[in-house]
Amino acid sequence: MEVARLIEVTRIYKVGNVETRALNGITTVIHEGEFTALVGPSGSGKTTLLQLIGCLDRPTSGKVIVAGHETTHLNHNQRADLRRSTIGFVFQFFALIPTLTAYENVEMPLLLNGKSAAERRKRVMELLEAVGMVNRAHHRPDQLSGGEQQRVAVARALAPYPKIILADEPTANLDTQNGEQVMEIMKKLNRETGTTFIFATHDPRVIKHARRIIALRDGTIIEDQPGESP
Amino acid sequence: MIHYVKLAYRNLGRHRRRSILSGLALALGTALLLFIAAFFEGEMRSAMETTIRLNTGHLQLQDADYDPDKLSVAWEYLIEKPEQVAAQIQTLDAVAVAAPRLIANGIVSAGDEAVGVQIIGIAPESKANDPYRDGLVEGQFLTAEDRDGILIGYPLANSLGLKPGDRLSLLVNTANGSVDEQVFTVRGIFSTGTTAYDKGVVFLSLAKAQVFSGAGDRASLIFILLNDREQAEAVAAAIRTPAYQVKTWRQMNELLVLVNDFSNAYLAVINLIVLGVTATVIVNTLLMSVFERTREIGILAAIGMKRRQIIALFLTEAALLALGGVAFGGALGWALSAYFGEVGFYFGDLGMSAQMLMQDRIYTVLTLEAAINLILTAFVITLLAALYPARMAARMEPVEALRGK
Ligand SMILES: Nc1ncnc2c1ncn2[C@@H]1O[C@H](COP(=O)(O)OP(=O)(O)OP(=O)(O)O)[C@@H](O)[C@H]1O
Ligand SMILES: [Mg+2]
Repeated sequence: MEVARLIEVTRIYKVGNVETRALNGITTVIHEGEFTALVGPSGSGKTTLLQLIGCLDRPTSGKVIVAGHETTHLNHNQRADLRRSTIGFVFQFFALIPTLTAYENVEMPLLLNGKSAAERRKRVMELLEAVGMVNRAHHRPDQLSGGEQQRVAVARALAPYPKIILADEPTANLDTQNGEQVMEIMKKLNRETGTTFIFATHDPRVIKHARRIIALRDGTIIEDQPGESP
Repeated sequence: MIHYVKLAYRNLGRHRRRSILSGLALALGTALLLFIAAFFEGEMRSAMETTIRLNTGHLQLQDADYDPDKLSVAWEYLIEKPEQVAAQIQTLDAVAVAAPRLIANGIVSAGDEAVGVQIIGIAPESKANDPYRDGLVEGQFLTAEDRDGILIGYPLANSLGLKPGDRLSLLVNTANGSVDEQVFTVRGIFSTGTTAYDKGVVFLSLAKAQVFSGAGDRASLIFILLNDREQAEAVAAAIRTPAYQVKTWRQMNELLVLVNDFSNAYLAVINLIVLGVTATVIVNTLLMSVFERTREIGILAAIGMKRRQIIALFLTEAALLALGGVAFGGALGWALSAYFGEVGFYFGDLGMSAQMLMQDRIYTVLTLEAAINLILTAFVITLLAALYPARMAARMEPVEALRGK
């Protein structure tokens, strides 16, 4: 089953008179349960592509279909709705809310989705367990290491049972060991829950985990092949 | 339901000093406004009460032709058989006291000095004269039979160097248009606490004043105090006849009523200025908070928070700040007003005219209505001002917000 489809997607940034063609006619399909790496040199359009799939941005031309919704014509609120229910994000810079504890950060999307207190509690504990953060549940982000923060971020992204998790260089700010740990956790959750993962990365150690590798250059897909990982 | 309050509270706590300082700005603004309002209220009440008690009364009954600016004691301007008229008015339930007064222009001289005064003939035993009787600082009050005594104010006694028992010379404009002069003995010296009034009047017994000025058994007016001043119009209508004009305290104190209205408008302007300044401080705090949290707002938007929820989050923050501010400011303003309501401010003689008499000491009066109005206004204005940073936060595109590291 497909969870996202991009058809002839182009994204042009305009700053003053300068136009940057960040994406140039991308067409591809993402299927449920994929564990896909988006690779390519800096500036090749990885982040831009994730933002389009994540309904954070709209293409200049072409179509982006996410979970059956054509997103190009959705308004601000409708896109927020779609993100809330369908998409989880993991960012390079461990994007947790600094005033909330690990527990509360994971709970946040559940609150936004109107889940009951009992449901929230069960889900948060289950996820903190899955990322090995139960004993840090009531720590605030500044009391956690980078690896720990990123594990909480993964838990938060998964909380509302999204169809797709989009991770932009999730290991770029982590040392090898922590990066490996986060990748293992994502892979385990992908296997166990069937959630689709797409992650942008430069890191060869990360790429080796992927089951599909899409290579970008100058905004176009130059290669799309199965990964080494089983 | 998102835990706006929890989030907002923690965000304020993140920059505790900054939050406290901007809350404090609102608190001081609110306290200042309450205090100013209490001061104006005290001032206006004092001016109105003092002027009524000392000068105009709630009602004055005068001859239809009487002109208070001339103070003529020519017979055609005066009331005949004033005691009888006063006694009749006194029988009305709404009337607390009614007393005849004869008012003439005069000049007091002692030694080389001479001062222009109003000579007021009073029925000494009447309660209408309590403010002078109670304000006696030296000597004795007048009696109805006193044919030689004069009562003078403390400022006048001071400037002329007079003590009870001393003699002074008094000149009067008489009924037939000439002048007469006699020597009187200072019987007593009074102070009503209103220098502007005390320095310009002297009292004689009504009988003596009538003889001295040639007014016969007539009086200039009947001075009337009511139990409730709001009944002034009703009582005036009841006692008015073609021969008499009846003036109410509102008519006689037009200037004061005007000043009151004017000062209310003036207060509204001050309120807006002060609240404008405090709102600016709060907006500034929230704007800083919005810019610092650009990324955080982006994260919240990315995980599906809608614009109106982001607005609600920032407004909640503003509401918490405003609540703390106005609560503390309200308490402070109330405490200040209560303190100066007891102790008062000493202003001395403000040199007001007899149309607007003011006690030398002003006591603040904070009404519940003014307090509630101001506190609510401060709260609402703060929230309205906070809409600007809140909407600014909500308008941020999540992409831009996330990139803005
Ligand atoms: N908001 C923007 N305004 C203008 N140009 C932009 C904007 N965002 C991205 N670009 C440009 O679009 C191109 C693609 O950027 P993008 O961030 O998608 O690349 P990337 O593959 O994620 O790079 P990196 O590996 O460095 O993160 C770049 O040339 C970049 O400068
Ligand atoms: Mg990137």
